[in-house]
Amino acid sequence: MLAWTIYISFLGALLQLLLPKGNNTLARALALVTALAGLAIAATAFLTHRTGELITVTNYAWIPSLGINFHLAADGISLCLILLTGIVALTGVLFSWNIDRRTNEFFAFYLLLIGCVYGVFLSYDLFLLFVFYEIVIIPKYFLITLWGSTRKDYGAMKLALYSFIGSAMVLVGLIAAYVVAGGKSMALNDLANYAFSVHFQMWEFPLVFVGFAILAGLWPFHTWAPTGHVAAPTAASMLLAGVVMKLGAYGCLRVAMTLFPHGLDPWGFSLLGLSSWRDVFALLAVIGIVYGALVAMVQKDFKFVIGYSSVSHMGFILLGLMTLNQIGISGAIIQMFSHGILAGLLFAVVGRMVYDRTHTRELVLLGPMNLNKAIPFAALTFVVAGMAGMGLPGFSGFVAELMILIGSWRAFPIFAIFVGTGIVIGVVYVWRAMQKAFFAEPGDASTQEPLPPITIPERLGAIILICTSVAIGLYPQMLLKIITPALNSPLFDGVRKGGW
Amino acid sequence: MMLTILTALPVVGAIFLLAIGDRSKPLTRAVALAFAFASLLLVLILWHGFDSSLGTMQFEQRLAWVPALNIEYHVGIDGLGLLMLLLSAIVVPIGMAASWKIEERVPLYFALMLLLQACLFGTFTALNFVHWFSFWELSLIPAFFLIKLWGGPKRTPAATQFLVYTMVGGVAMLLSFLAIYLVTGKFDFIDLAQLAQSGHLMSNVVASLSMHRFMPSNIAMILFAGAFLGLAVKVPLFPFHTWLPDAYSEAPTGTTILLTGAMSKMGVYGFLRILLPIFGPQVQAVLTPLLWLTVATIVFSAYAALAQKDLKRIFAYSSINHLGYCMLGIFAVAKYTGGDISLLTQKFAAMDGVLLQMFNHGLTAATIFWFIAMLENRSGGQRGINDFCGLRAVAPVFAGLMGIALFSSLGLPGLNGFVGEFLIFKGAFPLVTWATSISVIGLLVTAIVILGIIQRVFSGPLHERWSGFPDLTLAEQLSLAPAIALMFVLGLYPQLVIGVFNSTVIQFVQHLNF
Amino acid sequence: MTSYSHLLQLAMPEVIVVITAIFALTADLVLLRTSSLRTRLSAAVSLATIGCVAAILSIAHSTDSVNLFDGMLVANPLTHLVQIALLVLTIFVLLLAVDSEFTENVGEFVLLILLATVGMMFLVASQNLLTSFISLELLSLPLYILTGFDKRNARSSEASLKYFLFGGMSAAFLLFGFSLLYGFANSTNFVEIATAIHGPSLNPLVILAIVMTVIGLGFKVAAVPFHFWAPDVYQAAPVPVAAFIASGSKVASFFVFFQIFSIAFGGSAGSAAWMHLIHGWVPVVAGVAALSMLLGNTVAITQTSLRRLLAYSAIAHAGYMLIAAVAHTPDALAALLYYVITYSLGTIGAFGIIGVVEKATGSDKIADLSGLSKRSPILSACLFVFVLSLAGIPPLAGFFGKFYLFVAALAATPGSSGLLWLVAFAIAMSAVSLFYYLRILKRVYADSPEGNSTPVQASPLTRAAIVVLAALVILFGCAPNLLLQPILNAIHALAA
Repeated sequence: MLAWTIYISFLGALLQLLLPKGNNTLARALALVTALAGLAIAATAFLTHRTGELITVTNYAWIPSLGINFHLAADGISLCLILLTGIVALTGVLFSWNIDRRTNEFFAFYLLLIGCVYGVFLSYDLFLLFVFYEIVIIPKYFLITLWGSTRKDYGAMKLALYSFIGSAMVLVGLIAAYVVAGGKSMALNDLANYAFSVHFQMWEFPLVFVGFAILAGLWPFHTWAPTGHVAAPTAASMLLAGVVMKLGAYGCLRVAMTLFPHGLDPWGFSLLGLSSWRDVFALLAVIGIVYGALVAMVQKDFKFVIGYSSVSHMGFILLGLMTLNQIGISGAIIQMFSHGILAGLLFAVVGRMVYDRTHTRELVLLGPMNLNKAIPFAALTFVVAGMAGMGLPGFSGFVAELMILIGSWRAFPIFAIFVGTGIVIGVVYVWRAMQKAFFAEPGDASTQEPLPPITIPERLGAIILICTSVAIGLYPQMLLKIITPALNSPLFDGVRKGGW
Repeated sequence: MMLTILTALPVVGAIFLLAIGDRSKPLTRAVALAFAFASLLLVLILWHGFDSSLGTMQFEQRLAWVPALNIEYHVGIDGLGLLMLLLSAIVVPIGMAASWKIEERVPLYFALMLLLQACLFGTFTALNFVHWFSFWELSLIPAFFLIKLWGGPKRTPAATQFLVYTMVGGVAMLLSFLAIYLVTGKFDFIDLAQLAQSGHLMSNVVASLSMHRFMPSNIAMILFAGAFLGLAVKVPLFPFHTWLPDAYSEAPTGTTILLTGAMSKMGVYGFLRILLPIFGPQVQAVLTPLLWLTVATIVFSAYAALAQKDLKRIFAYSSINHLGYCMLGIFAVAKYTGGDISLLTQKFAAMDGVLLQMFNHGLTAATIFWFIAMLENRSGGQRGINDFCGLRAVAPVFAGLMGIALFSSLGLPGLNGFVGEFLIFKGAFPLVTWATSISVIGLLVTAIVILGIIQRVFSGPLHERWSGFPDLTLAEQLSLAPAIALMFVLGLYPQLVIGVFNSTVIQFVQHLNF
Repeated sequence: MTSYSHLLQLAMPEVIVVITAIFALTADLVLLRTSSLRTRLSAAVSLATIGCVAAILSIAHSTDSVNLFDGMLVANPLTHLVQIALLVLTIFVLLLAVDSEFTENVGEFVLLILLATVGMMFLVASQNLLTSFISLELLSLPLYILTGFDKRNARSSEASLKYFLFGGMSAAFLLFGFSLLYGFANSTNFVEIATAIHGPSLNPLVILAIVMTVIGLGFKVAAVPFHFWAPDVYQAAPVPVAAFIASGSKVASFFVFFQIFSIAFGGSAGSAAWMHLIHGWVPVVAGVAALSMLLGNTVAITQTSLRRLLAYSAIAHAGYMLIAAVAHTPDALAALLYYVITYSLGTIGAFGIIGVVEKATGSDKIADLSGLSKRSPILSACLFVFVLSLAGIPPLAGFFGKFYLFVAALAATPGSSGLLWLVAFAIAMSAVSLFYYLRILKRVYADSPEGNSTPVQASPLTRAAIVVLAALVILFGCAPNLLLQPILNAIHALAA
């Protein structure tokens, strides 16, 4: 049943192209129905499979001579992320209700993107995973270059090229592993169980990890993210920062860490205080957390603040993965979910609610517009989203960051201190942006035209996202219940040897 | 279950208010007040069901929240908790009454007040650190917005300063408790208190943490410092108090009532619930510097009040002063370990005084600020001490009732403000004689301040400007009556309130084992 | 001694094509002189198509596996497969030619195309130096002429001359290399040559032969540094001719490249493994491959003409395909065939679209593609498919081709990291290529049409052909087994 999330999205995309041009309502309706269907399937699966264990969804022989199968499966981790995709997809459609230029092409690319994201999370065969992962680049590029704003051509190309370079690295790694393992199978467990030599894993792991981590915004390969997300139209930013970056983190966990766990072992020597790839990537993640937060603090463009904050939050995820203990990795997965929701919400406010109305994102220009009076719903949403993003208890970000903090304390006590610093700076930049954009001294009211009110689809989208964040914040067990058994499954045996 | 309902009720109220929106201001105010009274009713029902002879937690409820991290939803109240709930439930309607004249975005204002109330209830009932800390931090949000959106001319820096101070303190506290969790695996206050009682807490912490490379040897002190900082900012203790005068004076008066009446008590509550039971030995180790800080707080704030011209600022500093007495009482109790019966009696007295002072000051300060609000409304926004003159002539009832409240703040015997301060001094004097002696200066200076206010505002020749100053209307008199009556009742029969928490205090002091 | 009738039977497919060619020429010269260009073209192309189809059927029916005259004519499942592919590609090229206006000499045109096809068919069926050379010339000479067929365009003649001069020179090199081999082996058969030059160390003459052969064949496949003819020819030749050169001739040339080097030079292969360089032809070809990828991709970035961009892209793809030759295992051959066939399909389609656009706008500049998505959605979608397949984006055929190629290359040297450096380099160069491919698509989809925004006209036949090609690219990408399994079966049948 889960496979239908992919098929329905692709079908929806195809149908969009066949719709008569100019009929925006039909295009929007079709997109809404498709996204809703996907979410319904994802939610049903999420609520019915509570054991968190791996369930095979489909398995067809595809290219038997190479051992490649069309094999879809889901465990607890995949189910969480698929649910995230469903929610963000639906709210993205709601926030794109006002697109009126080439609407059906927009939603066609959008649904194609969604379908491929579902595909990545569901793939059990690594060739299939890579196929879906690679296809994502194309709709990303076109969404930005056709409907984007600031420096869209540059942003789109940079994003596409960085993503492609990342997947090129992954491809090299995958092919090497496949060939070394005998070229018989591309299934995850077959490759995970193959005993690659430690030497092999020592260079494979960083290659594949960095390849995926580029898409996850690992410092210093993150520079595509702020530019690309700022250039993208709102729904695309929501998807890109909310879900597509998680593809990278998911790949890091599912492929790099599962297949080559010995790549995380100590090298035997110490360089600048680092003694394993684990230390290196943890350090880079921490730098990303602090750097992203610091840079977000000095931005003049509202959307750039959110863009850099995404880099910072992704740093948390990568650090959580590198802790190699159950708390840290569980925290990372919850943070994937939480940040997916919150990034969507923040970009929705900045892009759809504010920019589409005021046509500016400069904080100094927004301040005098007295937005908290003009569009109070937007102000309220941003306050809630900002608080959630800061890690305020009661929202999803808190549990995630707490778990990552504790996990990293157990693994890298020094880094935990920097993480704490990052959280504090996080409070500062959110507060600063909120103050400057919504609550600054109002300017001359007579020179400003009234802004259009917040529409029903926007309200609906915001409420859905806020409720999700609160639900997870108050009841994180909902996710943890299926994540924990997934992490304890045989698939992660190698990771666990590194010290659970 | 009751406690959860109690905490949830104001939230429901807030959402309801936001939903009904701007339709009719009187309706909004009425609904808000209704919710506040409903909470008060619930608290009274709780009081009724509360067994005062037990000193332990009652109405407890435990739910697993994040089992992997040992974070629970654990609520319960003992005498101290119930006292605080009572105070919050009383102060909020007073704050709402004082905000009756707010005209802008009324639903949002009252919704934020209700949310603040929910956070107060949450903080005072929480028994697990994460859960407690959540409400602690969450309470900052409505408070910030209340100041920022309806405050005076300098509200932005005031609100920001308030937020930053409290948040930094909060983070320090969080880090300390995370460290403790990492060693002991516990977040629960009761468990940690028991662990500390047995003497093992800090030794364990020191033992495991000092194994990491960069941990200094006095790690226990550092953890204490973190927790102390978080709480000291809230009380506030000198020198972490600088945010308070600006915040109190720039906030709309109804909010100031909440800030001074209930939120400031969160700090003292924190000292009682968290710092003393868990960090007892550390408190004892640095007791003398802490006492110096307390004395400085008491004396300095009293003198500062003397120098102010704005009524709100005067009472802002006066609040610092009154809470300083609470801190004096707390530190006095911490001075000596264990002890024979006479020592214990003094400790009981001091602690009883502390709790009583918390309640009484909350009530009195709230009422005084209410009066100041009325002054502001009637005078078109003025509240300087020199702005008014001879009001007694045109508004005798007003002068009379406000006078009662002022005298209570001064500590006149027969009114509620006296008993608390008396008990604290009685208990603290034998324990920390020098500090108590110097603190008497605070009492004297406060008296001068209050009398000065009465003289300058009410006595003296009437300025023609105020010849049309309206006296209290019947509605106002009726609404003030309970508060004033309570001041008399508690002044003459403090047992009413002491009975709530006496057993708790006894058990608390006995269990303080440094 | 085989009888001539048997020989004729074995060469029946080629014979059919030759007869068709003559028939078409005759029909055009005699019967259709007075008809319109379009009618003549349609008639000639229909005849040629029928002939090719007949040849395909003939190949499909034959089950012989022979090796005549020291490898002069070889027939086995593999050669059959490649020949069928060649004929299919020729059919598509001819279909594209129906719409063209560049020449009045229809009969000659079709004749030359079919003769070149015959040359290709003999080329793949040869394992003998002599027939290889003759077939190669039979393939090349018509191509030189065809390049200059567009008499309206001076550059067409210039390109034709360049092509001819280059080609002639490289043919000379090739012949010289072959003669050295003959001198060594006293035979022109690949297998016997292999036995003869097999030895512990490389004879300097063998080295010379290797170099000469690489030059000769490298010219054919447009590898660096023998590529200088490609941009001009791609730019100036008429659309069907350019498509033909870029597709069928590539298939045949790569196949023979692989066969000559893996069979004839089998013993002196050497190795291009990282840090384990062994002298032989493998390191030489590896170097040529790397240079081709590098030059092709980097110069393509600067191109403003779509045709020249495709030329440099072809050079880059030649580099990728040569990696298969470097690996020289049966799997590598399968990968090579899959890659080159799907690449050809895509290239023909791309040229078809170029033809349509040139007719509408009169120029082949990329800038003139602006807004094509509004003017012709279907053709733009097909261009989308072809360009992304060239870039190697799944689920299109180009991606699987690259994937399988890289797998085969890495599997060629089991145990050691071997050709990993080459594969990593290839993948890196693909990343570079994405840049200019996306730029084309951005023009098509994002930009608005400058000036003219009328829909672009294309005849239904051309449109149908392009759509079918796009569909094939998608089909072979999503279900690669459809093409891969027959190739693998053919190769395994050979080993058996």
